[in-house]
Amino acid sequence: MKNLRRKVYMAAGYNTISLGTGRKEFNPKKPRPDIEHYIKEAGQGTLKQIGGAKNIDEGVIGNFMAARFNKQGHLAGFIPMIDEGLQYKPSTRVEGACASGALALTTGIKSILAETADVVLAVGVEVQNTMKAIYGADVLAGAGWFKNRKNGHAFFFPGQFSDRAKAYYEKYGMEYARSGMKQWFVNAIENARLCPTAQEYENKVGDLGALYDKMRPNGKAFVDSLNVLDCSKVSDAASGIVITSEEGLERCGIPKDQAVEVISIAQVERNITNDPPDKTELTAIKKAAKQAIENAGISINDLATAEVHDCFSIAGVLTTEALGFADPGKGAQFVADGNTARDGKIPMNTTGGLIGWGHPTGGTGVHQAVTIWEQLTGIAGDAQIEISKERPYGMTINMGGDDVTVVAIIYKRADW
Amino acid sequence: MTYDERLQNVSVLGAAGKMGSGILLLTAVEMADLSLKPENKGRTYSLNAIDVSSAGLAGLMRYLKAQVMKIAEKKTVLLRELYKERKDLIENEDIINEYIFEVLNIVRPGTKIEATYDSNIIFEAIIENKDLKIKLFKQIDDNNPNKPWFFTNTSSVPIHLLDEGANLNGRVLGFHFYNPPAIQRLVELITTGNTSTEMIEFANAYAKNLKKIIVPSNDKAGFIGNGHFMRDALHGINEAENLSKDMPFVEALYMINKVSQDYLVRPMGIFQLIDYVGIDVVTFIMGVMNPHLPNEDLHNALLDNMIEMEVKGGQNSNGSQKDGFLKYERGKPVAIFNPDTKEYIYISGFQAKCDEKLGALPQSWKPWKVVNFSRGKKDAMLEAYFNELAEMDTLGAELAINYNAESNEIGALLVSSGVANSADDVNTVMLTGFYHAYGPINDYLK
Repeated sequence: MKNLRRKVYMAAGYNTISLGTGRKEFNPKKPRPDIEHYIKEAGQGTLKQIGGAKNIDEGVIGNFMAARFNKQGHLAGFIPMIDEGLQYKPSTRVEGACASGALALTTGIKSILAETADVVLAVGVEVQNTMKAIYGADVLAGAGWFKNRKNGHAFFFPGQFSDRAKAYYEKYGMEYARSGMKQWFVNAIENARLCPTAQEYENKVGDLGALYDKMRPNGKAFVDSLNVLDCSKVSDAASGIVITSEEGLERCGIPKDQAVEVISIAQVERNITNDPPDKTELTAIKKAAKQAIENAGISINDLATAEVHDCFSIAGVLTTEALGFADPGKGAQFVADGNTARDGKIPMNTTGGLIGWGHPTGGTGVHQAVTIWEQLTGIAGDAQIEISKERPYGMTINMGGDDVTVVAIIYKRADW
Repeated sequence: MTYDERLQNVSVLGAAGKMGSGILLLTAVEMADLSLKPENKGRTYSLNAIDVSSAGLAGLMRYLKAQVMKIAEKKTVLLRELYKERKDLIENEDIINEYIFEVLNIVRPGTKIEATYDSNIIFEAIIENKDLKIKLFKQIDDNNPNKPWFFTNTSSVPIHLLDEGANLNGRVLGFHFYNPPAIQRLVELITTGNTSTEMIEFANAYAKNLKKIIVPSNDKAGFIGNGHFMRDALHGINEAENLSKDMPFVEALYMINKVSQDYLVRPMGIFQLIDYVGIDVVTFIMGVMNPHLPNEDLHNALLDNMIEMEVKGGQNSNGSQKDGFLKYERGKPVAIFNPDTKEYIYISGFQAKCDEKLGALPQSWKPWKVVNFSRGKKDAMLEAYFNELAEMDTLGAELAINYNAESNEIGALLVSSGVANSADDVNTVMLTGFYHAYGPINDYLK
């Protein structure tokens, strides 16, 4: 599917705060808002911008593991809870580990393309702080192949990406690699400080680079090749957005300058039972990004910004290579040189990404779309970067598991 | 008998108590870890948790489960390695739950002393009553064919008296944990000339596995820790009584408590510490020590008076602080007991007045929790602070300087009277057992 057979738009994005360590509201010993709260807040936040639930044809909810984090399955049933006007309308829950959010988007996009709906409400949510990290690691390990769990690290996914980092260190040099990972971390926190909903919004550390240097990876305390600053957050959050057709946009009374057009989508699945062919490469992301760029008929140099899946700093570095911004082994240099910073060649994760804004696993894909929508329509507040008509495109890369489910989407402001 | 074999059957007396439960927890974990070693496969490990209180033992099991869970959660990486061959244990949760079961499965709670008759080691953590300790040791030794080793947690009774009283021929040593044993890293090891080397070697190995710091103390009543604390407490009470000649007692007590905490940069004031340990326990320990100290009188009428009025401090079973000299709300002192009217007077009513009398704290002052955890900078911070304090002409400074001098003197006495082998040992006990930021034997105010 090269060209979308019908125009598809997104608008009315809404993010809750990303709650977890770092936010002053967060106290592990006190009760916190439940998953219902997040779904409701994000859903209502979006509905308010489109003239209410009456304009919605269908709902999609992306979530990874509420069945374990919250002992709650059957999440489609929570869409009508958002607003009475959604009662008896179609609703679907989708799951693809940490790419669940983007699957909610592609599911909604497909409904628009199939002409079975003109306005789809997409919500992505995860509430993970219901258990200690050591048990949360079990739950998140479900994004990998369970038959690999026994021999995996106690912190399974940090273990997987620690192995990737180690392979990269061995191939290209540890200090070199970590200089790029450090800059990735610094960018993430500095960007998050500009976004009031970000988990690291209130981060006050003076010298982030010095802090990073001080915390050497220590396998006895955590995993061999990453420190905790290399990792994304444990987060409670939800995001909402509407996906519409041309008619849908009109129905909701949304002017084009407040919407983004979906230019292309690409969805890739890699066999979960196989190890990555090369630990220093994200092959599924590479394929998805290439396809999305080709489908859009543009080049990566036309991108003004990208939201990429930095579940770990090493994933951020490897993604710059998978996207083609840097040759294999040159990604660390590319990042260390400031090319992905907000004033760099290709600003990435302008509100902090998964490391700075937060990583509500099943909600992240929708959060990325909301961020791109904000940037392209010029409402990103303090986090706003300059977007020009000469280079008008934004991209999201959402990854589930260890480079297994990948969705790449390319957007442009709807009136450009 | 090897280390691993000796720990196959152990008993803890007074297992449901504050100290006993901690000793039981640490020992149960150590025994479980031994049982998981491949070379110990097939060996049974039993830990008898003996206490007179059946209800206490029920609470103990609850405490153990919660604590072992925390321990297991912290060492999951290691446990995954230990359980590598267990194909049925896959997730962290499976592994943690199995380990909790493994530890609890070693513990055999009961109220009958007969359970100890098969043990190789008896940990004793009952009340500080010499005669009761001797009676139990004797009964166990008469009925136990293994010639068991006795590890007493006494903080004050001379070990040789227990040895002689129960006719143990050197099979007893002092292994004095600090409260709470699971957290405090200090253990005072008290041996007598009669203690066997094999037993001392075992005690050192066991302490090392528990990640404890051993400080040897000689067999003189009170040893190092209480040798300092009891005298330090008496000094505090005396100072408060002196001050109270010119002001209400509650105000005097407030001021001394503040001086001994803030001015001396300690984790808590002396009266709060007495309450924490328990006024009854403090009085009892002084009573045990006193007959062995011919040149001193470790005794205070106010303490007796408080106990008579049933104001004893100590802790509730949930770990919260009971009221004593001070009244606590959410663990923080809010009022002070007036022994004349038997009422608590709120500190907020007189605090400003008293603080003014004490005078301002030196500008370089920082609270204990800042100083104590400023690694690398601690010594310089303390030096600057005490230098400034020495130059000050306030009541607070004067009381603090006197207090520190007294603490110095107590430390020196412990060395000169042969309780401690060195000034370092005294300081280590106060640093690790009492969490002081600096040792009593210091040059700060000289």
